[in-house]
Amino acid sequence: MNPFTAVTDAPVPLPLDNVDTDQIIPASFLKVVDREGLADGLFHGWRTRPDGTPHPDFALHHPRHRGSRILLVGDNFGCGSSREHAPWALQAWGFKAILGRGFADIFLGNAHRNGLLTVTLPPDRHADLLEWVTREPAAQVTVDLEAKKVVFPDGSTVLFEIDPFARHCMLNGLDPFGHLLEQLPAIEAFEARRGPGLQPGGGEPRRIS
Amino acid sequence: MQAPKTLFEKVWDRHLVSEPPDPGLPSVLYIDLHLIHEVTSPQAFTELEKRGLTVRRPSRTIATMDHSTPTEPEFSMGRLRVLDPMGAGQLDRLRENCSRHGITLHTVSSPDNGIVHVMGPEQGLTQPGMTVVCGDSHTSTHGAFGALAFGIGTSEVGQVLATQALLMNKPKTLAVRVEGVLGEGLTAKDLILGVIADIGVDGGTGHVIEYTGSAIRALDMEGRMTVCNMSIEAGSRAGMIAPDEVTFSYLESLNGSPRGDVWNAALEDWRGLPTDAGASYDRLVTVDVGSLEPMVTYGTNPGMAIPVSGAIPEADALEPREREAFLKALRYMDLEPGAPIRGRPVQVVFLGSCTNSRLSDLRAAAGLLKGRRIASGVRMLVVPGSQRVKRAAEAEGLDRIFTDAGAEWRAPGCSMCLAMNQDRLAPGEYALSTSNRNFEGRQGPGGRTFLGSPLTAAASAVTGTVTDPREMAL
Ligand code: SF4
Repeated sequence: MNPFTAVTDAPVPLPLDNVDTDQIIPASFLKVVDREGLADGLFHGWRTRPDGTPHPDFALHHPRHRGSRILLVGDNFGCGSSREHAPWALQAWGFKAILGRGFADIFLGNAHRNGLLTVTLPPDRHADLLEWVTREPAAQVTVDLEAKKVVFPDGSTVLFEIDPFARHCMLNGLDPFGHLLEQLPAIEAFEARRGPGLQPGGGEPRRIS
Repeated sequence: MQAPKTLFEKVWDRHLVSEPPDPGLPSVLYIDLHLIHEVTSPQAFTELEKRGLTVRRPSRTIATMDHSTPTEPEFSMGRLRVLDPMGAGQLDRLRENCSRHGITLHTVSSPDNGIVHVMGPEQGLTQPGMTVVCGDSHTSTHGAFGALAFGIGTSEVGQVLATQALLMNKPKTLAVRVEGVLGEGLTAKDLILGVIADIGVDGGTGHVIEYTGSAIRALDMEGRMTVCNMSIEAGSRAGMIAPDEVTFSYLESLNGSPRGDVWNAALEDWRGLPTDAGASYDRLVTVDVGSLEPMVTYGTNPGMAIPVSGAIPEADALEPREREAFLKALRYMDLEPGAPIRGRPVQVVFLGSCTNSRLSDLRAAAGLLKGRRIASGVRMLVVPGSQRVKRAAEAEGLDRIFTDAGAEWRAPGCSMCLAMNQDRLAPGEYALSTSNRNFEGRQGPGGRTFLGSPLTAAASAVTGTVTDPREMAL
């Protein structure tokens, strides 16, 4: 994972609430055994017309948004399926940070584990930012993970909260898997301490039918 | 004396490998049971191999094939091949991964194959007080037994394979107390659609739900699974129901269940799981279902549900910032604000999915369809949740009732719940579906979904329109 410190861009607005992971990456793109083709699948149903050609009106296709690494979403973004293909697809497209009013739990964890930053803005500041982006689409914002703040186009800032462990991993380009592996002795001690007998079958799940 | 604890806290505490040494670090939670399927596991095994790791406790992982498998009956008998090479590739990869790592796999031709959340409980794999995870958001289903069960991403699948544990921040708790007696013709599905419409699709975000109250106690295990299954549609990764005599007699009824001392010791342990008097939740909501009607969704998320006799809301009734998404959903569904939902034509009826494909669901629908025929021009797919459900239904003759009524009796799988195989809606088609998600394109690109109960599905198949099952003699 590459370390993440800060990113500056004009955000791509997609401010609908309750955007589910079936919209972010439809099931037909989940047949891969690797991470191939996920950028093509990103928002496929909204990005393309029934004949497969790109929908010119969709925000991600607008020339002024090309290459932007910041996505501005609404509330409860990423609800629905647990598919980690959703953050993978967003990253494959080039996004590094997502600003929104709220994120679904499983999506949020999946995003952070992959180094995709999510920032929950207070409702009034979210509305302000949306207004900015509508009025001046080229206006840039900076998302600064080190300082835990978003700098608006007018220079005003908003501080945000983020899980300290996720932040630590992202800032240092660390993978949480490594941290978990370091806990193996504790996991072994737990198993020894608990011993058999907690569940029918001596603590192992087993078929009882 | 120990401080009173909730069901969730008891299960959480029992599985805490260690308290984080620093409040900024996540907890390490031990996982008792890990279920995997073909779609969200391949990259996890690749990651394991890249790191030179093995599966640490292979007996704690059980695999099935369900998401993209064909449901033509010939398929599970080995007489049909997966048409789509990518889907077939995923199934092959699962087979290889399981055999390399010594993981039990229920392939499509196995007598124990089924949708992951139907298969686990019916085999007695899911037990009270356990932690259960799967790379699938409807893992919440298993919470019906008083287990802490939740969906995880593929990276976490790899982490559980390698360590049998997960890094977690402790969630908050939300008690959803459901009171009242469900009326005739209503089911657990109507109850949970009512709850989601009430608390919203993000009402449970950051929380584990515990369902309590007389209406929950009155449900059988299959109904409780339907309720917990849809917790994620209210934003909660996990939903739990305290185990009681209903739970214990269900478990005891499973063939080969432990007897004697092992069983008695387990029972004694499980009886200590329910929330202690005086324990508190972070939030509490109460819902009364005494006057609930059969619920049907009209929009593109499961919270957009109304009583079947009701009307779609007017846009003015909504907050200005909610209006855009609401109108977008109605455009997708090609429905008008203020219009009634009852009487809307449907072309397809789907009875299946991990929400509603168990024996009691099939019995309910068959009871209504017996002696009736589905409307001409309507296609009804009946997809049992597992091979066991299929065999049990056939032993009672339910398959004949469905086929006599003009429905298709298919092999188990996720099928049209997510349209990864050939079972899908054509663009513009409407389905009355017993599954859990009405998202845009979920049941096929351009397809439109009304979610409802198995009874509502059966009644709607008969008339070819969204129908209140109470209008038909049950
Ligand atoms: S039936 Fe549907 S919701 Fe359930 S596991 Fe399969 S795809 Fe997921």
